[in-house]
Amino acid sequence: MIEKTIKVDYIARVEGQGAINIEITKDGKVKHLEFKIFEPPRFFESFLIGRKYDELMELTSRICGICPVAHQITALRAIENAMGVIPSDQTKDLRKLIAISAHIQSNVLSMYFLSLPDLMGYESIIAMAKGHIDIVKRGLELKKLGNDITEIIGGRSVHPVAMLVDGFSLLPDKNKLQTIKKRLINAKKEAYETVDLFANIGLPDFVRKCEHVAISNPKYYAINEGRFKSSEGLDIDEINYRDYIYEKQKKYSTALHSLIKNRDSFMVGPLPRINLNFDQLSSDAKNAAKNTGVKFPNYNPFISHLARAIELVHDIDESIEIIDRLKLIEEHPNILCKSGFGAAITEAPRGSLYHSYTLDNNGVVKKADIVPPTAHNALNIEKDMKNFVKSIIDESIDDITFKCEMLVRAYDPCISCSAH
Amino acid sequence: MSKKLKIGIFKFTGCAGCQMEIFRMEEEFLDLLKLFDISYWKMAKRDNNVEDLDIALVEGGISTPWEIEEIKCIRKKTKILVAFGDCAIGGCIPSIRNWIPQMESEDLVYPDPSTICSTKILGIGEYVKLDIILKGCPPHRENIIELIKSAVLKIKPRLRKHPVCVECKFNENICLITTKKLPCMGPVISAGCGAICPTLNRECEGCFGPMSNPNAAALAGIFKNIGLNDAEIKRKFRKYAGMSPEFRLEAGH
Repeated sequence: MIEKTIKVDYIARVEGQGAINIEITKDGKVKHLEFKIFEPPRFFESFLIGRKYDELMELTSRICGICPVAHQITALRAIENAMGVIPSDQTKDLRKLIAISAHIQSNVLSMYFLSLPDLMGYESIIAMAKGHIDIVKRGLELKKLGNDITEIIGGRSVHPVAMLVDGFSLLPDKNKLQTIKKRLINAKKEAYETVDLFANIGLPDFVRKCEHVAISNPKYYAINEGRFKSSEGLDIDEINYRDYIYEKQKKYSTALHSLIKNRDSFMVGPLPRINLNFDQLSSDAKNAAKNTGVKFPNYNPFISHLARAIELVHDIDESIEIIDRLKLIEEHPNILCKSGFGAAITEAPRGSLYHSYTLDNNGVVKKADIVPPTAHNALNIEKDMKNFVKSIIDESIDDITFKCEMLVRAYDPCISCSAH
Repeated sequence: MSKKLKIGIFKFTGCAGCQMEIFRMEEEFLDLLKLFDISYWKMAKRDNNVEDLDIALVEGGISTPWEIEEIKCIRKKTKILVAFGDCAIGGCIPSIRNWIPQMESEDLVYPDPSTICSTKILGIGEYVKLDIILKGCPPHRENIIELIKSAVLKIKPRLRKHPVCVECKFNENICLITTKKLPCMGPVISAGCGAICPTLNRECEGCFGPMSNPNAAALAGIFKNIGLNDAEIKRKFRKYAGMSPEFRLEAGH
């Protein structure tokens, strides 16, 4: 054995700026390991103070260009919780539809554009287009479907504009939603093909049991609302989040690391969602999962790719259901500004996202607290990587480096979010 | 056909939304690759090369000392440097913190701010010469295509200088200021989005930044007349482009 140094100065094919530093000793021990997030922080929690409640949707949207919809909905729900506003069922349905569309877009981006090149032996999707044009076109089409739904409801796909506290500035066009429904029905085949692709592609075999966390509701597959639950028995209301979750700062990372009090790091994202909420998946998504032969709950982080594909089947099914029951009746948001504290947790594509705000009588922010999915995952990525490296310690430096990058990409981190 | 142009896509302090608008060109993506070689794009490629670029699209503002060095380095290796989106132009939403003492922001977010090396966030034009600016949070993909087409044809891109109001007229929107007394930023904001917000029945918030030669003082006066107080007016201008010379006075020094 020789001493090995694994160093990736700027991890490719993830959102934002992160690095990997690992030192392996002569006797094959991992001496030092960093998943180093060097993304410049933007201090959202500082400059949101003094801003008004009705601006928070557009301001927090700018935390993330990939998951703006999740930040918008989480901010809106936290404000509504602070002011005691209960949105209509129609608003909840439309929010779920736009949230799901953002999941489709983001999960397809992660699977096809960011990770598939690793699994098929290419440096990028651009290089892959030459030999596998059908697969690349399928990815582009699925991604466009998600984005088009976001745009029809929200006005545009990146930083949409139509969501308000307690409603929408304008309801989407019924005919356009019917056209979308047809496209969703046709896309089901492509979703199954995506499941097959990732079930048979040979994802690395690596298991580390850790606490998996997601919001959960017995009645539906939870995305925008639910109790914050874990595989180890955590079961709390969103308002009590800070009684259980805290953050630690590491010198080398501009993203804080999340932990559960008196416990350890934890994982959020598509795999914990499937593990905890398998029963709430659509029947076709459940069958697709069963047909792969992969057992859930599953604690191989690389299976996250397959979880995204299974969610894609569910997302299409639930989108069609919502479009079918939407009546689209004009409503008028009714808001009385009042002081208070409100918190909300939703499932962003990459996992649980927490926002809370303290508002004064005029609806002006006095305090803001935001924890994005990748801050939740950062420490868990390091712990997975440490165990993973041990299992491949005899391999060449290039192979270990490449596989560690693959592990990070399986988490699909959104690093800008994490260093908001 | 002549040699393919080499393009580089870079991210500084920002949200990646501008890059997502490139990914959003799902229909055009494969065709565009016929015109260009993407030499550098960390978010999409593992093999990256930053030498001899024809075009660099730079997303994000500058908020750390090493970003200053990096942007100067990219400038040296690039023929056409594009400030790609509002963060690269003037810091965008994160620039709201420039009015807060840096130590105060750091203390609010980090238990130990001694390891944080952030400065105020400024546009890349503060440090290097820019060739083109593409406005928007995010820029609209049609403007990105206009930029790319004009680079291939070696002509100047036709980017809009008129206000959002013109796009409202194209869309036959009724004016939200005159009919509903809503504080719409449209009269001073650059067109390019297609007047998305007024078309969806809400006031323009200004995410495309100032138009050419806007009269911000007059609009602030109108906002006062329809009932906004000074703090509310300041918030309107201290948002996407508070640091711009056009809005700096209304955004408050």
